[in-house]
Amino acid sequence: MSKKIDAQQVKKVAMLSRLDLSDAEIERFASQLSEIVTYVEKMNELDTEKVEPMAHCLGITNRFGEDRPAESLGTEKALANAPDHDGQFFIVPRILEENSA
Amino acid sequence: MAKLKYKGLIGLEIHVQLATASKLFCRCAVEFAAEPNSRVCPGCLGMPGSMPVMNKQALERAILAGLALNCNIAEFTKWDHKSYFYPDLPNNYQISQYDIPVAADGYIEIETQPGQIKRVRIRRAHLEEDAGKNMHAGNYSQVDINRAGTPLIEIVTEPDMSTGAEVRAVAIELQRIVRYLGVSEADMQKGQMRFEPNINVIIEQNGDEFRTPIAEIKNLNSFRAIQGSVDYEIERQIEQFLESGTVMEMGNKSTRGWDDSRQVTVLQREKEEAHDYRCFPVQNIPPVKVTPQWFDEIRGRLCELPLSRQRRYTQQYGLSDYDARVLTAERGVAELFEAALKAGGDAKRVCNLITQAGMKLAKEAQINFDEFGIKPDKLAVLATMIDEGTVNASAGDKILTKMTQSEASPDKIAEDENLIQKSDESELEAVVDQSLAENPQAVEEVKAGGKKSKKARGFLLGQVMQKTKGQANPKVVSAILGRKLE
Ligand SMILES: [Zn+2]
Repeated sequence: MSKKIDAQQVKKVAMLSRLDLSDAEIERFASQLSEIVTYVEKMNELDTEKVEPMAHCLGITNRFGEDRPAESLGTEKALANAPDHDGQFFIVPRILEENSA
Repeated sequence: MAKLKYKGLIGLEIHVQLATASKLFCRCAVEFAAEPNSRVCPGCLGMPGSMPVMNKQALERAILAGLALNCNIAEFTKWDHKSYFYPDLPNNYQISQYDIPVAADGYIEIETQPGQIKRVRIRRAHLEEDAGKNMHAGNYSQVDINRAGTPLIEIVTEPDMSTGAEVRAVAIELQRIVRYLGVSEADMQKGQMRFEPNINVIIEQNGDEFRTPIAEIKNLNSFRAIQGSVDYEIERQIEQFLESGTVMEMGNKSTRGWDDSRQVTVLQREKEEAHDYRCFPVQNIPPVKVTPQWFDEIRGRLCELPLSRQRRYTQQYGLSDYDARVLTAERGVAELFEAALKAGGDAKRVCNLITQAGMKLAKEAQINFDEFGIKPDKLAVLATMIDEGTVNASAGDKILTKMTQSEASPDKIAEDENLIQKSDESELEAVVDQSLAENPQAVEEVKAGGKKSKKARGFLLGQVMQKTKGQANPKVVSAILGRKLE
């Protein structure tokens, strides 16, 4: 049986997810993902002709909160677990904008 | 070179921040310029396990904006994850709407010339969350998450505009509409309204038609910048086409930034990378069904929109285009104006009171004129007092100033401040007689006619005004003088 997911697709998904995979991992995940897709394909055996597509798993709608501000964390707590901060901002490696001045 | 035939094709992508008190999916306060990272919670910080709860008023405002833009409102709508990585997006995805926007297929109208209306089609308008802010500082970047999760509507138009002036007009009209409905404060300087035009040009050359590559313009902070950047970009694309012959093809869309100090667009990104946002329906935000009853309730909040109101003012009340535009710029001012007319004020007189002295006072106080809380019937009384000559126009301005400071009625203020014009004939006649008796030479000069006559008559009028401390009605005095000096 040919693989449903090949190494190229795994590499693409890894790139989109910012994952750095070794060649061995790519091979292994391609096999595993193919097995998962094959398993889910069992669904195709069902007749879904008269079933509406679902946007939500529970079939519930209209759950809202009212527009009343509640207390936030505050800066000190918000930054407490950050790998790096300056007391006001989260500090991250310099963001490079392509070609920007 | 033969004159080149061309036409700009411009579409707009617009982000409008909704004027809610709290964020879209958590209840952190929406507050401009708050202490960095103070208005955040586990939800908008993207902590695992936090659950979003949709802000009902944000959704209703999005529907209201859609209705004002003549859109169809979706009876069923849902939200999707849009995945991308950027430090100001703590979840690594934005909650947005992919295939079922809350509003679609509408239009906005602008007046291109007095009386001439142009329609720009709206493709869609959807409700999504804003990202935080990144600031670049030396060899690192600072991230403030306060803005993350603020409700936005993203509005996408069809490429129906062809000049910078048209794009500017659409931007101004949209700002008026969302402010009218209280949907957004729409302050461009505060980033509450952000415009990104997509521009290219159709050029006709030797009987063939060419389309230049599309450029998207970013970094526009004022209406002037919107107009300037679009006109600059059209010129630039034509020149580039004439030099290189490059035409639009898959993947050669670029992103350019507006440099306001140099008045040019600068290349930021050459090729649009094919984004793969991997959109899929959010599972922890249930979809929304807009019931007919709820829909009607929201639709009931619509009001006459600024452009149609402005046109009605010129036609119904005979006001100038300029005055009509000033009066309709803010909904509260327009409503005060109309209420004052209902209370019996003359349209032009009330208009003058509001647009001249009134607007100046409001500007000084940094509020809208209606926010002084002046009752429309009092405004009408003041207008009538000026019309009937009870007070003169400059006294009217003084009374209006007092009315912004107290609840006193205009006639009471006029009395207290000695601003009522004396129009009583017999009373004024005595003053005129006295002035004539004191100034026989001037009387002679008037009676002699000729060069000095007009000046002498003005002098006598001045004498009467002085004696009455400026309170005499000049029209009445002139009439008496005319009679006596025949
Ligand atoms: Zn929050």
